[in-house]
Amino acid sequence: MEKEKILYGRSNGFFPSFERRPGPIKTNMHYCPGCGHGILHKLIAEAIDDFGIKDKTIIIAPVGCAVFSYYYFDCFGISAPHGRAPAVATGLARANPENLVISYQGDGDLASIGFNHILQAANRGENLAVFFVNNAIYGMTGGQMAPTTLPGQKTQTSPLGRSVTSEGYPLKVSETVAALDAPVYVERCALSTVQNIRKARLAIRKALTNSIERKGFSLVELLSGCPVNLKMNARDMNEFLDNQMSRYFPLGVYKDTAESRDPISRPTGIYEPQAVRELLYPVRVADGVSESFRNPSRIFQSERRIKLCGSGGQGVLSLGYMLATMGKLRNFNVSWLPSYGPEMRGGTANCSVVLSRNPIGSPLVSKECNLLIALNGPSLERYLPTLKRNGILLYDESNGSCPDEVLDRVIYTLPASDLAKQLGDLKYANSVLLGAVAVMMCDLFLDEEDKADFDRVFEEAIMDCFHEKEHVVKNNIKAFYIGKANARRIRN
Amino acid sequence: MEYTNRMLLKGNEAVVYGALLAGCECFFGYPITPASEIAHTAARGFPKLGRTFLQAECEIAAINMVMGAAANGRRAMTASSGLGISLKQEGISYLSGSELPALVVDIMRGGPGLGNIGPEQSDYNQVVKGGGHGSYHCIVLAPSSAQEMCDFPRLAFELAEKYRIVVYLLTDGVIGQTMETVTLPEPIPARAEIPEWALDVSRPRTNMISSIYLEHDDLEALNRKLQAKYAAIRAAEQRSEEYRTDDAEIVLIGYGISGRLCRSAVDELRTKGIKAGLLRPITLWPFPVDAIRALRHVKQFVAVEMSDGQMIDDVKLAINCDRPVHLVNRMGGNVATIDEIVNRTIDALGAKEA
Repeated sequence: MEKEKILYGRSNGFFPSFERRPGPIKTNMHYCPGCGHGILHKLIAEAIDDFGIKDKTIIIAPVGCAVFSYYYFDCFGISAPHGRAPAVATGLARANPENLVISYQGDGDLASIGFNHILQAANRGENLAVFFVNNAIYGMTGGQMAPTTLPGQKTQTSPLGRSVTSEGYPLKVSETVAALDAPVYVERCALSTVQNIRKARLAIRKALTNSIERKGFSLVELLSGCPVNLKMNARDMNEFLDNQMSRYFPLGVYKDTAESRDPISRPTGIYEPQAVRELLYPVRVADGVSESFRNPSRIFQSERRIKLCGSGGQGVLSLGYMLATMGKLRNFNVSWLPSYGPEMRGGTANCSVVLSRNPIGSPLVSKECNLLIALNGPSLERYLPTLKRNGILLYDESNGSCPDEVLDRVIYTLPASDLAKQLGDLKYANSVLLGAVAVMMCDLFLDEEDKADFDRVFEEAIMDCFHEKEHVVKNNIKAFYIGKANARRIRN
Repeated sequence: MEYTNRMLLKGNEAVVYGALLAGCECFFGYPITPASEIAHTAARGFPKLGRTFLQAECEIAAINMVMGAAANGRRAMTASSGLGISLKQEGISYLSGSELPALVVDIMRGGPGLGNIGPEQSDYNQVVKGGGHGSYHCIVLAPSSAQEMCDFPRLAFELAEKYRIVVYLLTDGVIGQTMETVTLPEPIPARAEIPEWALDVSRPRTNMISSIYLEHDDLEALNRKLQAKYAAIRAAEQRSEEYRTDDAEIVLIGYGISGRLCRSAVDELRTKGIKAGLLRPITLWPFPVDAIRALRHVKQFVAVEMSDGQMIDDVKLAINCDRPVHLVNRMGGNVATIDEIVNRTIDALGAKEA
């Protein structure tokens, strides 16, 4: 007998032998006779070989019968969680724009559990080729209803036939994706007759060409047979695809705008250390002090805990931030903790600032507060109990007065808001108040050389925060000295 | 222009700076309080360095995007809080089964359910014990300051790549939200190398990433391999910090914000004549059992945590329940005061003696 001659062999897009497939069979695929996966695999394998892209193609294996696609394709492979292939594909495509990523998905995977992911990836215009196998049924799990199961079609989980009033209508994926602005190419084909398979072959090549040219998101939906679960023979299967499925899911091009699209360009990452430093490290604005500097005043021998409170929009948080910045510039360990979340969005605002030469324990100042700065009456009353017996109170007398029962405490005040308004903007109240802090610190705590440094560190902190806005720096410094001139201690 | 490496940063901001300086290439995330500043900072920082920032459509997508980038051999991260971490667990199980390195940051908030946005430490079990399906572990680092939030991403990526494992930074809303002075670490000297196994044009196309093993024996073999890896990590990577434990009769154990509160509480207990010390776990998985077992002179332990008592189980296991372990905890977004920790510790000791 004449020796068998191979006229048309297996594509080089496949491995010559399927060594990854367990068991003794290494030459055939595991797909059932009449299944669309085998045809689609062949069309893809031929394309990636013909296009010479095997070394940069990554095929994402779905959950479903094609989960083992990596047995066959001679390119990179990865298996994704059920429905998540478009997200995994996004990660791959973004991580390295050189990657050519194929998301191979079935109807349960793409149109049910992962429908949001495919729509979002499509809507972002990710540079992907998506091949969507629609066989109107869950194949691997044993013939349950799919989102694309036809009305009246009987499955394991729609034994009486899909009821549109209960299970809804079959999802039209191509129509939905094509309605989005970002995708460049959407076509529905059928893996049925030779003529239809030839159209599918061209569609697959077009989608891959779009990926190679970085035109963005392409989706090819392929109506596909599942003779075992649909309980049909080959002839009935083709009849089902071409007459019943195609009637509900019309074949054709739904979108093709690749011609007019510019290729997607992604930036190149910067990793050279000096360049990274220059882009990430802050500019040194103030001369500051040497790393070994330690403030000499006794007051800082132990941790200093400050609470700042007022209403939202008064600048309580930025006042605390200024104090923390001043501490940072003099080598203290500082912490600044705002109230966050809904509290921040209107209503009251408060923050905690701790300065210490040692590691800071709790950054929350909920009691044992050394200095309470209150910007209005209600918050003064609310946070007064947090003040230590010998703690100091500073409040803005423009917005409230001090309850009589605390008049035995050390209290400083000034009409900060009114003074700020005279300067032209309420937001200068913070610097006015810091002027008052300066007065209090100089009166009670600071060594001689520290007194002048307080003014210096304030100016450095203002520079640190606003160095790009000269007039803001100037006005805040003016506000600070007005605060210094107007602060007074209340004596009982 | 002259630059400084000292900044005031929230923990949530510091972790992004740390990640960028550690060569992280991709950030995929979804906003959630109290972790949102991570996404805010990443949205500025990553593009500034020509790297990838993408706001995913959901937490599930975010972790799967991380999986894609990690499979490509790139340093990739995501960040969230309790509820979001619950959603990511499927992806983390896949990453673990596929042995892909990645960084996940969890800024814990109050639960269960929607809970609130206050700080808690109640993700301990879902993060330290696994959380998704299958027998796997992630390395869990527990930063307790903005400085550690900035320093740990580099360690995290190095461990993640060395062991091909997911590494968490697990901390709480207080550490995430508190701004502190941070000394920025140096940038890594060169872009991290793309591993041999990666799905990248520079690597052989026979590379394949999967966590499916249809043959039972094959999957058992994978599990045995993973368990051997975990044993090696348990032996080599326990980290903790001790404070005044040398002569301590009672040792407080706490991580994150609780660890810092404990440090102050230890000082306070000492002023009251109680010989207290602190052990602050820096790795929660592997739990620092060797350091705890070495504290043979200690008579009693106190687990201080912001949950129903999740870490306490690991303390008890570490000492085989051979000495009393008390629980001092708050929940619901409340943070214990130093006084509260001190007083409840004294009460617990008293109750034991009585």
